[in-house]
Amino acid sequence: MSIDMSQFHQVFFEECFENLESMESGLLNLDIGDIDSEVINTIFRGAHSIKGGSGTFGFTIVAEFTHVMETLLDEMRDGRRKVTQGAIDVLLGSVDCLREMLTSIQADQEVAEANVAKHKRALDMELNGVASEEPAPAKPATSPAPSASKAKASTEEFEMQEQGWNISFCPYLDLLKTGNDPVRMFRELSELGELTVTANIQDVPSIFELEPEECNISWNLIVSGSDIPLKEIQEIFNWVEGDCELDISANQVKVPKLVSVAAPEPPEEIAPIDEPEIEIKSEQLSPELKKTASTPSALATETDQSKAAVAKPSSSIRVDTAKIDALINMVGEVVITQSMLGLVGENFSMDKVAQLKRGLAQLERHTRDLQQSVMNIRMLPISFVFSRFPRLVHDTSTKLGKKIELKLVGESTEVDKAVVELINDPLVHLIRNSLDHGIEKPADRIKAGKPETGTIELKAYHRGGHIVIEIIDDGHGLDRRKLISKAIEKGLLDESAQLTDKQAFELIFMPGFSTAEQLTDISGRGVGMDVVRRNIQSLGGNIEILSDLGKGTTIAIHLPLTLAILDGQSVAVGQETYIVPLVSIIESINITEKMLNKVAGKGETFKLRNQYIPIIRMHDIFNVQPLATSKLGEGVIVVVEGQGGMCGLFVDDLLGQQQVVIKSLEANYRRVEGVSGATILGDGSVALILDVPGLVRFSNR
Amino acid sequence: MKANISQESEYKDPNLDSDNKSQTNSVQYLSFALGKEEYGVDILRVQEIRSWEPVSRIPNVPFYEKGVVNLRGSIVPIIDLRERFNLKYAEYTLLTVVVVLQTSVGNKTQTMGVVVDSVSDVISVDKTKIQAAPDFGTKVSNEFINGLVSVNERMVMLLDVDKLLKLEEISQSDN
Repeated sequence: MSIDMSQFHQVFFEECFENLESMESGLLNLDIGDIDSEVINTIFRGAHSIKGGSGTFGFTIVAEFTHVMETLLDEMRDGRRKVTQGAIDVLLGSVDCLREMLTSIQADQEVAEANVAKHKRALDMELNGVASEEPAPAKPATSPAPSASKAKASTEEFEMQEQGWNISFCPYLDLLKTGNDPVRMFRELSELGELTVTANIQDVPSIFELEPEECNISWNLIVSGSDIPLKEIQEIFNWVEGDCELDISANQVKVPKLVSVAAPEPPEEIAPIDEPEIEIKSEQLSPELKKTASTPSALATETDQSKAAVAKPSSSIRVDTAKIDALINMVGEVVITQSMLGLVGENFSMDKVAQLKRGLAQLERHTRDLQQSVMNIRMLPISFVFSRFPRLVHDTSTKLGKKIELKLVGESTEVDKAVVELINDPLVHLIRNSLDHGIEKPADRIKAGKPETGTIELKAYHRGGHIVIEIIDDGHGLDRRKLISKAIEKGLLDESAQLTDKQAFELIFMPGFSTAEQLTDISGRGVGMDVVRRNIQSLGGNIEILSDLGKGTTIAIHLPLTLAILDGQSVAVGQETYIVPLVSIIESINITEKMLNKVAGKGETFKLRNQYIPIIRMHDIFNVQPLATSKLGEGVIVVVEGQGGMCGLFVDDLLGQQQVVIKSLEANYRRVEGVSGATILGDGSVALILDVPGLVRFSNR
Repeated sequence: MKANISQESEYKDPNLDSDNKSQTNSVQYLSFALGKEEYGVDILRVQEIRSWEPVSRIPNVPFYEKGVVNLRGSIVPIIDLRERFNLKYAEYTLLTVVVVLQTSVGNKTQTMGVVVDSVSDVISVDKTKIQAAPDFGTKVSNEFINGLVSVNERMVMLLDVDKLLKLEEISQSDN
């Protein structure tokens, strides 16, 4: 029975990374001292599935590592161990380590064993070392035998002396539904040694009440034989862990000792002789802990690099089944309408016109619905991006010595997958800025009469056809005067310039601008904000800053919901039709000769509310044969804004507004200057979509 | 008329071709006419043959790149081979045909259409009979020409489809 496991690898890795993410967010949500068992359970489940999966696929190094984590988590879950900040940091570090391991395995690279060993050591240290922190009542040595349950690591040595194992296996009702087969497990057990199975059938209901998919039987199993390692038995029961009650005990030992799977006995049992030794460990613990606490971010960068190096083999998307069902429904409707129309067309006579029209109207509605639901499939909740930020804030704020709380609002807001992928980097940058420049140090905050803990709110919501993402901090805000003087000092601004608040805040988007007094490794080099703005504009969005000195800053990003559809204004230039993105249009006006001015005899400008705006004649730059209209007075000026500048596009006529589906010109052709893409109009012909910022640049040459 | 004939032959030929290939050295080419000259392209690169239809012009590109059309939802550029080869301009008629070709650039496939006067035939060419293209030094630079072959006393120039598209990159830097 050989199955090619590698076909499942992709899914396995995806699931693992998802689990890691949920573990990470769970760990960050853990309140020290106040243990929410649901959260710990979530983390535990994540670790458990990774362990199970990697065991199946033969990634033992991952499985072993996760096992140690699981042990630690299990003790926390049972309340046998306090949740300390140290433990959480170690676990977070381990999550990073796991992610790195999985990434290397995915890329067929060697796992950095030294790193793994380091984290494993930290985990072991946490597991065994913390014992001394507990009061550890000096119990008289009640267990004469070498304490069997001391720790996992030591089990193996003494297991060898056992003559066999008693296993009490009491599955829960739904064991069979999870795909586990007890018979198979027994067969494997029988391969280890002589197996005696006693089934306990007293819970089996009468035949009429019997639910064949439920498991009502429990078993007592005795495996006899020498040299059976506990590990192998545990491995067999690996998958059913959590779906059954399981007790494995050693047979034929004077004092039978209970060893429960994945849960060593509480550390109180440790013989007092061991105590001094442990004390030393706990001293060693603190430097080790510090080390691990500082490693996560370093690890994170490493992982990022290796991720970048690996070309993603395929990109997949998880879609809610409900969405697919809706889609299938819709397709069904379309097919019905189509056959209905076919019927009408077969023996067409004029008295069927009304029927035809009805059919066409139906088809139109279904097509629109269909389009919408197909678009919906590409939509992902923004939480895909947001979920990474608690970690970022946690790590960065510790590093900066600030107390910061991150609030996420509107995580379920849906946005196109492509937008989700591209918005991550700009957001990371903006949040780092808020952390570093926005929020003050705790002492300064208290001085300013603000709560010691700063707040950063990350908010997403829909407005119109756009998604708005806001980053709101309650830090000290942008200082208008400081910005202006800095800009003048750097020669980016003329001294006599009069700026509105908005214009002053816009200064931070200028390349080479930074107000941070000193550089940190987080921010302050003056690169970034201009890149952020460029990235957001390339997505067809814009970015806006509102700031109140002393109270905080709000940065709002407006993005189109999807990159595949755009609201456009079609304009006529000569015989040709072009599409201007509606977002970039400020207004369209008929102009009169009076408003025109020539600059240096060449360029033309016109005056719009006390502002001179350059005019781009579309006929000229696109070499279009003009119709009769060549005088400026007889066309329309579409005033557009692009990359900080305004300009007027001179066109012959406005044709109408419509939603257009963006098609790539580059797929079969190449980039064309001044054009961002193409679309197909209602009559089947192709119209080009104007790239407004590009056009502004192009015309300036 | 001619277009119809070759369209039919185009449909059944890929199979024939693969049979032939395994047995002999023969390769099939679709031949078409530009004025009095005859050219051929590897038939496996031909996606379809369409009649000429008006295109949407692209601004600021070389004159022989006529524009783009909507080919079942994808945007496909149309190149006039006559103008590309500096032949005399001819009016587009009902017989003017667009041969849609597939080319591979890097690891992605691109589709483009070339305007030709008419398609004439599908010819089987023995690989060994293909002559290297001499240096014409005239209208057509032989960089797009793989070789020459003589079919029924007519000379057919075999075009290299990939190079035909590559020439766009060159013109791009010209811009």
